[in-house]
Amino acid sequence: MEPVHIDARALHYTPLNQQIRKAVSEGATEIIVDNVLGQRFIADGLKGEVTIRINGVPGGDLGMFMSGPTCIVKGNCDHAPGNTMDNGKIVIHGSAGDAVAHSMRGGKVFVRDDIGYRGGIHMKEYGTGHKPILVIGDNACSFLGEYMAGGVIIVLSKSGNTFGGRGVGSGIHGGEIILRGELKERQLGVGAKITEFTEKDLEKISPYIEEFCAYFEIDPEKYLDTRYTKIVASSSRPFAGKYVWE
Amino acid sequence: MSLGSVPLKYRIQIDRQQCMQCMRCVDNCSYGVFREEDDGNILIDSRKCTACHRCISMCPRDAINLSERPVDYRSHPLWTPEAREDVINQSRSGRIVLAGMGNAKDYPIIYDRLVLDACQVTNPSIDPLREPMELRTYLGQKPSKLDIRKQENGDIELNTKLSPNLELQTPIMIGHMSYGAISLNAQLSLAKAAAKTGTYMGTGEGGLHKDIYPYQDNMIVQVASGRFGVDINYLERGAAIEIKIGQGAKPGIGGHLPGEKVCTDVSCTRMIPAGSDAISPAPHHDIYSIEDLAQLVRGLKEATEWKKPVFVKIAAVHNVAAVAAGIARSSADAVVIDGFRGGTGASPKVFRDNVGIPIEAAIASVDQKLNDQGIRNKVSVIASGGIRNSADIAKSIALGADAVYIGTAALISMGCRVCGNCYRGLCPWGIATQREDLVSRLDPEVESEHVANLINSWTLELSELMGAAGINSIESLRGNRSRLRGYMLDEGTLDVLQVKPVGA
Repeated sequence: MEPVHIDARALHYTPLNQQIRKAVSEGATEIIVDNVLGQRFIADGLKGEVTIRINGVPGGDLGMFMSGPTCIVKGNCDHAPGNTMDNGKIVIHGSAGDAVAHSMRGGKVFVRDDIGYRGGIHMKEYGTGHKPILVIGDNACSFLGEYMAGGVIIVLSKSGNTFGGRGVGSGIHGGEIILRGELKERQLGVGAKITEFTEKDLEKISPYIEEFCAYFEIDPEKYLDTRYTKIVASSSRPFAGKYVWE
Repeated sequence: MSLGSVPLKYRIQIDRQQCMQCMRCVDNCSYGVFREEDDGNILIDSRKCTACHRCISMCPRDAINLSERPVDYRSHPLWTPEAREDVINQSRSGRIVLAGMGNAKDYPIIYDRLVLDACQVTNPSIDPLREPMELRTYLGQKPSKLDIRKQENGDIELNTKLSPNLELQTPIMIGHMSYGAISLNAQLSLAKAAAKTGTYMGTGEGGLHKDIYPYQDNMIVQVASGRFGVDINYLERGAAIEIKIGQGAKPGIGGHLPGEKVCTDVSCTRMIPAGSDAISPAPHHDIYSIEDLAQLVRGLKEATEWKKPVFVKIAAVHNVAAVAAGIARSSADAVVIDGFRGGTGASPKVFRDNVGIPIEAAIASVDQKLNDQGIRNKVSVIASGGIRNSADIAKSIALGADAVYIGTAALISMGCRVCGNCYRGLCPWGIATQREDLVSRLDPEVESEHVANLINSWTLELSELMGAAGINSIESLRGNRSRLRGYMLDEGTLDVLQVKPVGA
């Protein structure tokens, strides 16, 4: 089937999503949306095996509650792409705002450049096949991976600037945050700890780095070494010792 | 030096002449109060008793007695035994005291100082036995005016686009109690009861277990800050969606299910790792303003193609009316207000007993504010937190609520004795536990009947109360404060409630 073209110029997000849903229900496997300028909730709650190419800058909550589709954005993104996403993929050729991948429980988000604050907050994994992945090409702001309960966040710092934020992994009780370069203890949030990044860890994250690099035509070799810092939860029960019975 | 032990809270005694040593008390007590000795005698450890009454209920000879606080302290008006024991507990542990159920402090109950009206000669009452009484309730946005046009063939055409509403056969709903906090059998009982009585219940923030799917048309699915169990299928299954911002028993502190309760089944339903704490912090991290709330409301509506009402639940706190007015403007369809008597499985005691305001004052001030701003039609008001009987419901509606959520009352109808130890996961009634042997004590068929009976009997009583007041439609009772009078309430409270004193 030929790609379906949608012109989003001056289109409210609801009719835009209605057009996308209609195309998917009619069997479209590829949809190209041009002239996107701040429309929120694109592909919100969308299910299926479809690739949506978004030309422009989507507004907040791109791919929210999405289950299955791939969204490729040629441009920057506002806040919370992948919010509570169940499955699917979001590839952003640019930067994104705050709370990227908020509460994501499956699928992958790749951001070529930077993201804002609270990236990967509440990301969780459960059972089998529900493991969210967030890869950030350049850098993230503070409070990365707050309350994280599973999945993997990788920050590649491709411009060479090491992560400068603080509050990394506050309240983390599962999953891994992997930052290129070093991180100071004082940058950690409550409940997070630094552990050694090993060859085995590299083996585990290599597929994600290679996938990221393939999307953005970057040579992956530069990132396939062990010069990373790995941050994990100091306990899966951070509140276990906080309370006493009445 | 040791602080020593504090006196027992309860003393359990067995009338040995009555006891036939059947050992049901041993089998039924999940807290380990009773133990069978080698010689067949029953030993009692009263220190472990929580006053759950399971042993008393199951004893075939009525041989068990329970007395409260058998040892007195030196009496003191300020340093009550409870205050002293909390100090001792915290001196030992250095921790936050955790408590269950609702606010246990002796605040005056405003409901009990409000009296309802009844008609006499000039405005006769209505007999619900022979007159139809309309208790059907619609929750959701209502248009400020209707655009109705008469067609050439005489048919009436409605041009106003109506927002999706929930249709309830009674203004009584069952509040949000999550799978994890309560057992699946308990949730099933409530869900069956909701379906039987034509009303709705909340999933809480624990997701929707597949065994509840048959009752999904009567479920309101909840989205809390941790987004537990939330995916597009969950949102599509619910009859409505509720965003939980706050809760009456613990305003401003979010929720937390201890890892012990996160078994594989709870893990899959909540979509979180098994055995880890389920942390649902106070703020939604994508909501920092009313505009952000509006974004989430619209995000949920967009995901479900604008077919479902979205509620927003907040705790009754200072300035609740202004917050509710903001919610009404966020595209939400209903605002749920949970008063400081609201129950919970676990809350820091200091929050449970000291934070928030009574639901009665919150309903009245929210209803008044929405009316003053001309936006009352934009949002329904649902009241919850400490509703104990049909009179409380009638008073809530007269103060301005559209409907109520009941929580603890529904649990009591399933056996709960309000012992307040829900957070320990050992509920002997099979309600607030995930232990299989305890869960199996609760039969969803039987208990759903009890819950449905409670809702039906309160609905009947509501009809009678309305009839006595000369009202035949619940809509005429809503916000009708002239049907209330305040008895022994101070002027300031009467002013907030917009209720006249008795005799006026």
